[in-house]
Amino acid sequence: MAERSFAREVEDLRLGDGDTFRGEGILAITKALLQSGVAYVGGYQGSPISHLMDVLADAKDVLDDLGVVFQSSANEAAAAAMLSASVMYPLRGAVAWKSTVGTNVASDALANLASGGVTGGTMIIVGEDYGEGSSIMQERTHAFAMKSQIWLLDPRPDHECIVNLIEKGFELSEVSNTPVMLEVRVRACHMHGSFACTDNVRPAHTIKDALNNPKRDVGRIVLPPAAYEHEQEKIRTRLPAAINFVRDNKLNEWMGPKQGKVGIIMQGGMYNNVIRALQYLGLSDAYGNTQIPLYVMNVTYPVIDSEVAEFCLDKDAVLIVEEGQPEYLEQAINTVLRRRDIQARVHGKDVLPMGGDYTAQVLLGGVREFLEKTEPRLLGNRPPAPDATAVLSHPEVEKLKQVVPARPPGLCTGCPERPIFAAMKLVESELGEHHVSADIGCHLFSILPPFNIGATTMGFGLGPASTSAFNVKADKRSIAVMGDGGFWHNGLTSGIGNAVFNKHDGVFVIVDNYYTSATGGQDILSSRAVSKRRNTNNSIVQAVKGIGGQWVRQIDRTYDVGRMRDTLKEALTTKEQGPKVIVASSECMLNKQRRVKPQISKAIKDGVRTVKERFGVDEDVCTGDHACIRLSGCPSLSVKQLDDPLRDDPVAAIDNSCVGCGNCGEVADAAVLCPSFYRADVIHNPTGWDRFRSRVAMTVVGWLQRRRDRRRPALETLA
Amino acid sequence: MRDETVQLALPAAGDATERPISIAIVAMGGQGGGVLTDWIVQLAENHGWVAQSTSVPGVAQRTGATIYYIEAMPPLGGRKPILSLMPTPGDVDVVMAAEFMEAGRSILRGLVTPDRTTLIASNHRTFAIGEKIAPGNGIADNGAVTGAIGIAAKTEIIFDMNALAIANGSVISAAMFGALAGAGVLSFSRDSYLDVIRAGEKGAQASVRAFEAAFDRVQSKSPEVAAPAQSETAKTPSAPAVLDPRLAGLAARLTHELPEVAHAIGRAGLKKVVDFQDVAYGGEYLDILGRLHAADQNSGGAERNFAFTQAAAKYLANAMTYDDVIRVADLKTRSARRARIEGELELSDGQVLQTTEFMHPRMEEVMGMLPAKFARWLGGKPRLLGWLDRRVNKGRRVKTYSLPWFVALYVVGGLRGMRRRSLRHAIETAHRDEWLKAATEAVRTNYQLGVEILQCRRLVKGYSDTHSRGLSKFDKTLAAIKLVAPRDDAADWARRLREAALKDSAGKELDGVIQTIKSFA
Repeated sequence: MAERSFAREVEDLRLGDGDTFRGEGILAITKALLQSGVAYVGGYQGSPISHLMDVLADAKDVLDDLGVVFQSSANEAAAAAMLSASVMYPLRGAVAWKSTVGTNVASDALANLASGGVTGGTMIIVGEDYGEGSSIMQERTHAFAMKSQIWLLDPRPDHECIVNLIEKGFELSEVSNTPVMLEVRVRACHMHGSFACTDNVRPAHTIKDALNNPKRDVGRIVLPPAAYEHEQEKIRTRLPAAINFVRDNKLNEWMGPKQGKVGIIMQGGMYNNVIRALQYLGLSDAYGNTQIPLYVMNVTYPVIDSEVAEFCLDKDAVLIVEEGQPEYLEQAINTVLRRRDIQARVHGKDVLPMGGDYTAQVLLGGVREFLEKTEPRLLGNRPPAPDATAVLSHPEVEKLKQVVPARPPGLCTGCPERPIFAAMKLVESELGEHHVSADIGCHLFSILPPFNIGATTMGFGLGPASTSAFNVKADKRSIAVMGDGGFWHNGLTSGIGNAVFNKHDGVFVIVDNYYTSATGGQDILSSRAVSKRRNTNNSIVQAVKGIGGQWVRQIDRTYDVGRMRDTLKEALTTKEQGPKVIVASSECMLNKQRRVKPQISKAIKDGVRTVKERFGVDEDVCTGDHACIRLSGCPSLSVKQLDDPLRDDPVAAIDNSCVGCGNCGEVADAAVLCPSFYRADVIHNPTGWDRFRSRVAMTVVGWLQRRRDRRRPALETLA
Repeated sequence: MRDETVQLALPAAGDATERPISIAIVAMGGQGGGVLTDWIVQLAENHGWVAQSTSVPGVAQRTGATIYYIEAMPPLGGRKPILSLMPTPGDVDVVMAAEFMEAGRSILRGLVTPDRTTLIASNHRTFAIGEKIAPGNGIADNGAVTGAIGIAAKTEIIFDMNALAIANGSVISAAMFGALAGAGVLSFSRDSYLDVIRAGEKGAQASVRAFEAAFDRVQSKSPEVAAPAQSETAKTPSAPAVLDPRLAGLAARLTHELPEVAHAIGRAGLKKVVDFQDVAYGGEYLDILGRLHAADQNSGGAERNFAFTQAAAKYLANAMTYDDVIRVADLKTRSARRARIEGELELSDGQVLQTTEFMHPRMEEVMGMLPAKFARWLGGKPRLLGWLDRRVNKGRRVKTYSLPWFVALYVVGGLRGMRRRSLRHAIETAHRDEWLKAATEAVRTNYQLGVEILQCRRLVKGYSDTHSRGLSKFDKTLAAIKLVAPRDDAADWARRLREAALKDSAGKELDGVIQTIKSFA
């Protein structure tokens, strides 16, 4: 796994009866899986579920004790396919990924799994990356659940509730022979909370048992006529079984008074913010004592018609709180009520926004409008609701809008990808702009200032594939950028293989930083770390050549901007036909620092000769043009105002977060910028020879310096 | 709302205003906001409260602006409070900002309101990329944030928590935790905060120091901590230089020939030019400045506080001290420079320092050093020039404090004697005179325009390509100014041109303004 250790989190997985778990939601989920007796777990990392993968990857001992198989899958499709282990065997299995992107990748396997049905409980944990802070397109996983008939759990953001629903979810999956999805939103995943643990459960049936006693049933395989049978099974047996289970086990919750003219139906995930909104309206206290009947759908698919009908029967109107669009629940509930001719009016997206986060503030507005329309008496003694508009409309604050600068994410200090894009900038200034297809990963930050490189991004590992149309003779060649993560996720075939096969005369840059860095620095096939549990150190270059790549260049130090630039130029101009693949490799600085920092400080403490590098700027040489920053954007390369009345503009300055990666100097040289930059090498625990050399040199240097200082006019007399 | 509804005897479910303590931490990825969040959660839990925190990592963690949110409240009869996952504008008790512009951003998000919010913010700046890439000065105005804080915050606790943390060998999160304790908005004792820190093993002592310093600072037991000083370290006892009587003469001339308002800036300018070349050069500076001041007086500068003379004193000095190879070599080999670096690195006796310069001289720079006549002759020999350039024009890694390189730099730095005869000097002087001529002509008819033209000097900076780009912007701007010179609003246009030229490096904005001018001029 990444250089970061999750040892402490792993300890949480050992907790048992009587212990209380305190921590992140995603870790509570991980613990719940072990309490449910899973036999195998897989998945693909990505916010917000990365920690689930990270912790399990570090939890070898715990998993071995329980006989649980864990795998970090090559991609989400591989993870979904892994669930086929539960088709014939009573094995509980779970996989996890970022959604909807991961679900997109997995959907083929999921559809097949859901069609044939499962014997053992299967759970898909989807981190719903929706709303503020999301890094992907704004869609709902709900649609996938409905189209493949996979039950969708959307628990209240509360550890107890989530854990309980996971345990019940496996049972649900088994009684209805249907895979189950657990949808947890970003904030719920990163939410700190607590729950009372139970002991981990060894899987009753293990993978080994299954391997030793193979079973098959052609009726479970998606092929006519079985496929038609599956559809009928879904309708006739699996759905009713699921509905009964959900109802009998009260997975959905009824809160507040039994009676009421109006009520609120919500996704479980919306509960906390709804309660806060009700509190603002004086209709609930902080502990959830609501005066309005609530129907909390911890299971959002299937909709339990009878429960909805019962809830709405005596009501004039109900509000449906459903985040995101389209409003599937609202539509479903309308159908339920119309079929039964129940007259309760259905409100939802008419008073609440169609898209975006349902924050307490948004819900406050929606619920208030709903009540004003339907039962204004309830608002009788509304207390003053929080309101910041007065402040926000104040001229002083209005003025601030123009002042506060945007702070887009960027590459970390010392990032090895920075020199790659600096080189691309230099090539751009020589050969003009090119069409650049970006990919998913840290390198996508190239589309932002200062680099502004990259036209599209079509999904993980699809950067190269998204240039495939640009395969024609022209004055310029297309450029595609892809990370090592994307390369192994699918880019090797969908990108490079595709380009080789179609003789695509374009340039393909593979950014190899030894990890899937953007998702938290997990290991992959080409990681350099030696791992006992996995096979790493598989060369990307060999893979590319193996798939037929002819023109392949390996750059094993991306900080060599000059070489990077020249290689790119060669790739863009060479007569040679077919794809030009450049593999640019240097270790992710974030992970490298985690790895080497302790080593270095230890070495220094132990008296070992150690050279620490750091960059600096001679402020009196720097003219404050900031051209260097426009080619870097390194967080540690900033500006500072000098208290010199003759200077108007701030000069470049490097703060002590600099890790001495070398990019500044390389760029200053390659771009012929200016001589302001210097690298300072500090030798800790120098050898006698180091000392002697420097003493000799500095004696002469000092003498020369004093000599010249003596001849300088004494400017002090001017002060 | 109909009135009668208001009179309905409908009891509120519990005290609706009784809400959890809500704390929003606005920071940049990698600022330790997560640690601070965990501390606060632990603090609350240690007191038997129910605490919930959320954050949105993902891309924001990569240096972007991010927000952590905490709610905490005691349970009631075994019932847990239902806590929200996002801050609600107008309903936040404490906002902690780990950077000053982020404090501003939190105000714009409506998280800071005068009825309830205590704003704890560090007023140090970490500049956003947009502020850094401007060719001119793109730094945002802190004053705007200060102003807004005065409006929005109920209580404000603002100081440089970063500097305080560094001064105590710790990181900002510890200082902010201390500030929170000092603010006393939470009902927890100082010791209970410290217990939380001490529970964590790594760097606990340093964190405690920073915590206590910040706590005392808030309870105003200790004064403001100055930001870690760099410039101070630069001031080092350089060898006593000769007290040149001619210098005193120059100083006297300056005070005698220039108006009071221009003395300070004039002295700074004089220092710079003498330091660049020699005392005689300082004399030249005063000669030219004197002529410019005369023009100023004839143009009624007295009423205008001699703005022209002031601008001249500043920009003439910059023009006369152009950045040539000799200057760079000299600066790199000075004792003060080495001392400054040693200070910045906090070099201790046991350690050995070496610096490497990244020099990429081109034939142009070499030509610049050569005597003008010879250089011009060489300029007429393209093939020879090309051959030479191939030898010269390459990146060189110069180990400053290795004997051979230092001596080489030292020698180049000592070539001031040749400077006056050099090609570069000839070019710079010609260019300078032309600029001053334009300014002097302008000031007669349009005083402000004259000043603006002087200020255009600001556009010339950088080395090699950057320098030529700056130069071309300068020339473009002056040419454009000529077009509008006759107009009354010429000065405004000149200012607009200059500001546009400083906005983007490519000069798109500048070209835009020039187009506009051409459209009517």
